[in-house]
Amino acid sequence: MPRLSVLMIRTALLHLAAGFAVGALLLAARELPLDPSVLRLRGAHAHLLLLGWTAQLAMGVAFWILPRFRAGPERGREWPAWLAYLLLNGGVLLSAAAGDGPGAGPLLGRCAEGLAALAFAGHAWPRIKPFG
Amino acid sequence: MPTLSRWFVRSALVCLIAALLLAVLMQWPAASAAAPWLRVVWPTYLHLLVVGWLTQLIFGVAYWLFPRYSAASPRGSERLGWASLLLLNLGLALRIVGEPWAAMGGETMPLLLGSATAQLLGGWAFVANTWPRVRQR
Repeated sequence: MPRLSVLMIRTALLHLAAGFAVGALLLAARELPLDPSVLRLRGAHAHLLLLGWTAQLAMGVAFWILPRFRAGPERGREWPAWLAYLLLNGGVLLSAAAGDGPGAGPLLGRCAEGLAALAFAGHAWPRIKPFG
Repeated sequence: MPTLSRWFVRSALVCLIAALLLAVLMQWPAASAAAPWLRVVWPTYLHLLVVGWLTQLIFGVAYWLFPRYSAASPRGSERLGWASLLLLNLGLALRIVGEPWAAMGGETMPLLLGSATAQLLGGWAFVANTWPRVRQR
C-alpha cells in the first residue's frame, strides 16, 4: 500500500473513532443532563463521518488500487492527491470546529472540502482507464 | 470471503432494506397516521443507511481485502472483528427500538445509552483491529 494511502486510511480511521465518539455523546445527551451546547456538535459529527471517514477512505483506497501507468510514474501526478489530503483534513477539522452557523470558519471549511474533491479528481481522472 | 465479512455484508444488506422500508412507511400518509412515531424516526432512518449499510459494508470489505496482518493471523484479531459486528448491530437495534419508544413517551434511558455505548465500542473495535493492517509494503 503506498504511503499516501496509508496516511489517508489511518486518518480516516481516526475520524471514524472521533465521529463515533461525538455521535455517542449526542445520543447520550438525550438522556443525561449534559450541557446543551453538546447539541452544536451535530455538524461536527456529520463532517467527521461523511467526509473525514467515508470520503477519505474511498480516496485512500482509490489512490492504492486504481489502474497504474506503464510509462512514467506508476500513479501519475501524485501532488494533487497530496493536496487533496491536506485540504480535506483541514476542511473537515475547520468545519467541525467552527460549527454550522454563519461565519468565515464554516465557509472556509466548505471551500477546502470542495477544493479537495477537485484536487483528488485531478489526480484520479487519468487513472480511470483499462488496466495496463 | 471470510465468514465475518459475509456476516458484515449480509447485515449491511438487511440494514439497507430496513432503511428503505422505513422510508416508504415514513412517506405513506396512512401509515404515519396510524403510527405517529413514524414522524420522528428520521435519525433512525439516516443511521440505518449511513452506519448500518454504508459503514458496515466498508467494515466487511476492509476485513476481507485489506493487507494481511501476519501469516498466523492474516486478518488481525478475529475476536475484535466479531465484537465489532455484534456491538455495532446491537447498538443499531437498540436505537431502532429506542427512538420510536421515546416518541411514545416510554422510558428509554437504558436503550439509548446502551445504543450509544455499543456503537462506540463497535466502531473502536474495528479501528483497533484494522489499524495495524494499514501499512506500507
